[in-house]
Amino acid sequence: MMQAMGGRPSSTSKDGLDEDVFGNAVDPKVIRRMLPYVLPQTRLVIVAVIAMLLFAATQVSVPWLIKLGIDRYIANDDRGGLLLVAALFFGSAVINWVSLYVQDITITKAGQGVLLALRRDMFSHMQKQSMRFFDKTEVGRIMSRVQGDVYQLQEFLGTIVMTVGDFLSLGGIIVVMLLLDVQLGLMALVVLPLLAIAMAVWQPFARRTFIKARATISIVNASLNENITGVRVVQAMNRQDENLRQFDVKNRSNLNAFLGAGRLSAGVLPVVDFLPAAAIGLVLYFGSSMVSGGAIEIGLLIAFILYIQRFFDPIRNLTMQYTQLQRAMASGTRIFETLDVEPDMVDAPDAEVLPPIRGEVELRNVSFAYKQGEDVISNLSLRIEPGKTAAIVGPTGAGKTTLVSLIARFYDVERGRGSVMVDGHDVRDVVRTSLASQMSMVLQEPFLFSGTVRENIKYNHVDVSDEKMMEAAKAVGAHTFISKLEDGYDTYLEERGENLSVGQRQLISFARSIVADPKILILDEATANIDSHTEAQIQLALRSLLKGRTAIVIAHRLSTIRGADKIVVLSQGELVEEGTHDELLDRDGLYSHLYHMNYAVLEEIGVA
Amino acid sequence: MRLLVRILRFPWNHKRRLLAAYLFTAGATAAYVFLPELFGNTVDLVKDRIEAGGVADSTILGICLLILALGIVRGIFSFGQMYMGESLGQHVVYDLRNRFYDHVQHLGFGFHDSQHTGNLMSKAITDVEAIRMFVNLVVVRTPYFMVLFVVVVFLMMRIDWQLGLLSLALLPVAMTVASLIRMRMRNAWLEAQEKFAVLNTTLQENLTGARVVKAFASSDYEEEKFRVHNQAVADDMYKAMKLHAFNGSFVLFIFLLTLGIVLLFGGLGVIDGRMTLGEFTKFVLYLQILAQPFRMAGMIVNNLARAMSAATRIFEVLDAKSPVKDRPNAVEMQHARGDVRFEKVSFGYRRDTPVLSDFSLDVPAGRIVALLGAPGSGKSTLASLIPRFYDVTKGSVTIDGVDVRDVTLESLRRNIGVVQQDVFLFTDTIAANIAYGRPDASMDEIVRAAKIAQLHEHDVSLPDGYETVLGERGVSLSGGQRQRLSIARAVLLDPPILVLDDSTSSVDARTENEIRKAMASVMEGRTTFIIAHRLSTVHSADTIVVLEDGQIVERGNHAELVEHGGLYREIYDLQLRPQEEVLMEFDVPAKASAGSTQS
Repeated sequence: MMQAMGGRPSSTSKDGLDEDVFGNAVDPKVIRRMLPYVLPQTRLVIVAVIAMLLFAATQVSVPWLIKLGIDRYIANDDRGGLLLVAALFFGSAVINWVSLYVQDITITKAGQGVLLALRRDMFSHMQKQSMRFFDKTEVGRIMSRVQGDVYQLQEFLGTIVMTVGDFLSLGGIIVVMLLLDVQLGLMALVVLPLLAIAMAVWQPFARRTFIKARATISIVNASLNENITGVRVVQAMNRQDENLRQFDVKNRSNLNAFLGAGRLSAGVLPVVDFLPAAAIGLVLYFGSSMVSGGAIEIGLLIAFILYIQRFFDPIRNLTMQYTQLQRAMASGTRIFETLDVEPDMVDAPDAEVLPPIRGEVELRNVSFAYKQGEDVISNLSLRIEPGKTAAIVGPTGAGKTTLVSLIARFYDVERGRGSVMVDGHDVRDVVRTSLASQMSMVLQEPFLFSGTVRENIKYNHVDVSDEKMMEAAKAVGAHTFISKLEDGYDTYLEERGENLSVGQRQLISFARSIVADPKILILDEATANIDSHTEAQIQLALRSLLKGRTAIVIAHRLSTIRGADKIVVLSQGELVEEGTHDELLDRDGLYSHLYHMNYAVLEEIGVA
Repeated sequence: MRLLVRILRFPWNHKRRLLAAYLFTAGATAAYVFLPELFGNTVDLVKDRIEAGGVADSTILGICLLILALGIVRGIFSFGQMYMGESLGQHVVYDLRNRFYDHVQHLGFGFHDSQHTGNLMSKAITDVEAIRMFVNLVVVRTPYFMVLFVVVVFLMMRIDWQLGLLSLALLPVAMTVASLIRMRMRNAWLEAQEKFAVLNTTLQENLTGARVVKAFASSDYEEEKFRVHNQAVADDMYKAMKLHAFNGSFVLFIFLLTLGIVLLFGGLGVIDGRMTLGEFTKFVLYLQILAQPFRMAGMIVNNLARAMSAATRIFEVLDAKSPVKDRPNAVEMQHARGDVRFEKVSFGYRRDTPVLSDFSLDVPAGRIVALLGAPGSGKSTLASLIPRFYDVTKGSVTIDGVDVRDVTLESLRRNIGVVQQDVFLFTDTIAANIAYGRPDASMDEIVRAAKIAQLHEHDVSLPDGYETVLGERGVSLSGGQRQRLSIARAVLLDPPILVLDDSTSSVDARTENEIRKAMASVMEGRTTFIIAHRLSTVHSADTIVVLEDGQIVERGNHAELVEHGGLYREIYDLQLRPQEEVLMEFDVPAKASAGSTQS
């Protein structure tokens, strides 16, 4: 993907952000970083906590009210009292309902606020990154941060509410049981340590197995993905049987990994099911003799059974939520890692806003390297007068694209290694947007956005009138085919204009550059990928479009090169010749040598 | 309904596991529903003893031990139930994935032209997962909850049918409200999901188009665009979650109300002597058991809806029929000589727009044919009809006089080597990538093919030589190297017929030269179709066929056609000559490295 975009080879990206790390369930660093996002939601969180407490209280009150009804009123044949308890019960149910609802929606609201801010910050952080960052980072990885990891946090927010709620009611139940009867309460709790031990033994096994299972599923998915992407080769080469055999191996190992995980997670069930039964048996045995001894009343015994049953549900949930918590922490770590990548190109604090320019471009002794020590441009000086057209020619790897990238300030020249000047201003000393907004670029690969044709041509110049937009489209010869589209300028371009041909897409991106009304226009092999007919059309259009603009054109075709005011010949990052076509031919240097040699080739074939 | 039956067929294929899951479920349920009974009896026993005295402690001890024992039994059955449910789901998913994989790789080019990889993957991941959840939750658990519900209601009725009915009174209210909300919730989720998709597209395009965004200084515009979609996602999520929250809290409320009703009327019953305290206790505990199916009902219906839509999406793929497939009486094609003939062929990707019409061409074995023409003139289409990537709509394509539709696809394609324009590398070693069409090839054969394709030098220069892993996570190759690897693949197959799509536009002189050499050596003695953009390749072809709108407008060799001064000459002047001029900037005596190149 990077190659298609920038023509830069994507080295095996090493940005130090690794996939799927399983860390601690609670990472103080992540929590600390989350605070600024949670703080604006304080009021909602307070409301949610109050609602949560109310909810837990009503949950705990249910068995207690039943006990009250039995022991105080039913046992004493007190109808009025029972009615009162029923009324209390009803009131408690209403509070339970309202508090649960309020708790859920406030937490959701707060959570969505946090996620919104996180996504916003990640997006605008990406806008600040320089091309260097995009050269080495795959889009897919950033996507999975903003999409997958933020999604994990969302899931986590759902769980955390349940977890906190569970802890609250667990605490409430323990307190109430001990308050009702210390002896019976302790008896009910005596199984807890056993459960803790069982969990401690189980947890590491489970974690390992789950991690393994997750690893196998990503292998299965990657294999399927590859087969779909490469399906044309698969079919041309008759590989289906062999591929299915290989896939089956991966699929089966995934099956086995998940069966193992299934055995483990089902394995705790006997313990989790047995322990409450043990607690109930214990409480029932001793409780019943206490009842017959008159130490306690029968309703209390019933309440205890109800409490014990409610007691184990939260515990069962907690074991599930633990994994979720871990995953969320890993996601949080990755999100903040992304936010911590320092943009390597920021406007200096004292950067000035560039006034409207004439369009003079000058490079002074510029050297530049993507990788330390491997200069792509070395000691290059060049001056382009305002309003003139310069053609840049040279072999692959001569540094043509790099040169225009420096003028467009996709990359900064290191201080002390020369400078790029526009109208006498060093580009490093001006606000980047104030320069870029007076400059425009058409790339070899046209890039459109999903949206209407109109949105694509106007792009960020939303206030441009429709007349101006159409003028631009007409100028580049795009108007005719656009009008023939189903909805004209309102035609929606699916998937970045896949319903258009490459040539048509390029015409739209040409129109987009014209609407931007730039003083400096850069064409980076803009016509390399389009057919000769469209090319001729654009050549024609360019003549009028380039009037009054400085143009820097990287081109292959003689017709383009010949018409330029100045031809700049690059070789291995150095400027070897410059001048007009005729001058260069007269000079009898590299350009003329190549030109003649080229004709010789054609003659040899017998056509020139 | 038919859809549901089709989904149910998946678990049905694993009947034994399904049956085991049900048996364990029944056991676990039985062990569980005894608890209120036992406990209620104890309450009455204790009560009796207080009033009359004399009931031995041993009875209560027995009951307590029984509760313990049933706890163990329940635990063991629960294990079986959960494991069998999981196992069943995983086996279903395993089957489904294999089927999906195999079906997709057999579907023709026509299908893949219309499908995005992302969409197919999301079917294979998300929708298959939804089916697994369905098996686990709906197929295994729902009968459990239903049986539990029926048994518990029956037991309650047996104690006191009036109170039993009373405690069911609110059930219809809960169900109605829940199903009303669920309808709205489904729409809300769908809407939120769509907004999410838009947000993701915005992000992805912003990242992929970073160069454009920077060139236009449009980050403010982009941030505003993102902000709007971001807000929409947050708003829609909130809307959906609000419905969700209402549903959940309302169901719980109904449950508590029911408990309150039982407390009141059951309590009055005890006071009036219509029921014992023990029976009353049983009622309360039974209701407690019902809490679980109550809570799960929403999830199950939700899951059912999700599984139905997932199944629709999966079956879209599994039901897709490939028009290109073996005829019932198809025969094996032996090693062909390589006479290729198009007879009055018509073809269009869509019914209403023909790309080729009434096209005829006869190519004797061993000849090289260059196909030339403007984009959309039908060159690539023509070439893809030979290996039957698509089937002709009229006429026929024959090899050695045999219609390509009368032989098996496998044997046909074994006879044709295809070097595609977009070379796909699989995540595997270079050797395995070269041997992709012949996994059994020996190392010697692989090296020989690489040498012919002018790739050997590069391969041995890599850190692990032929064992270097390529692909997304491995080493990447430049365009020229990819193309030569693709040629090596074809060489290894040693096919009598070759189809070369040679349209890499700008490569440097050295690469250009290497590709030319590689192509020349591989074409020897094979019938070759080249979709060419380079004068050098066109020039050396035996026949040049110039296409326009799916018709042959000119044919002959280079000299003849230039002489003729028709479309070829025109294309040559317009397109090929400027391409030749490109050469002038490549032949600079540069020490251009053979590795990845920068433009």
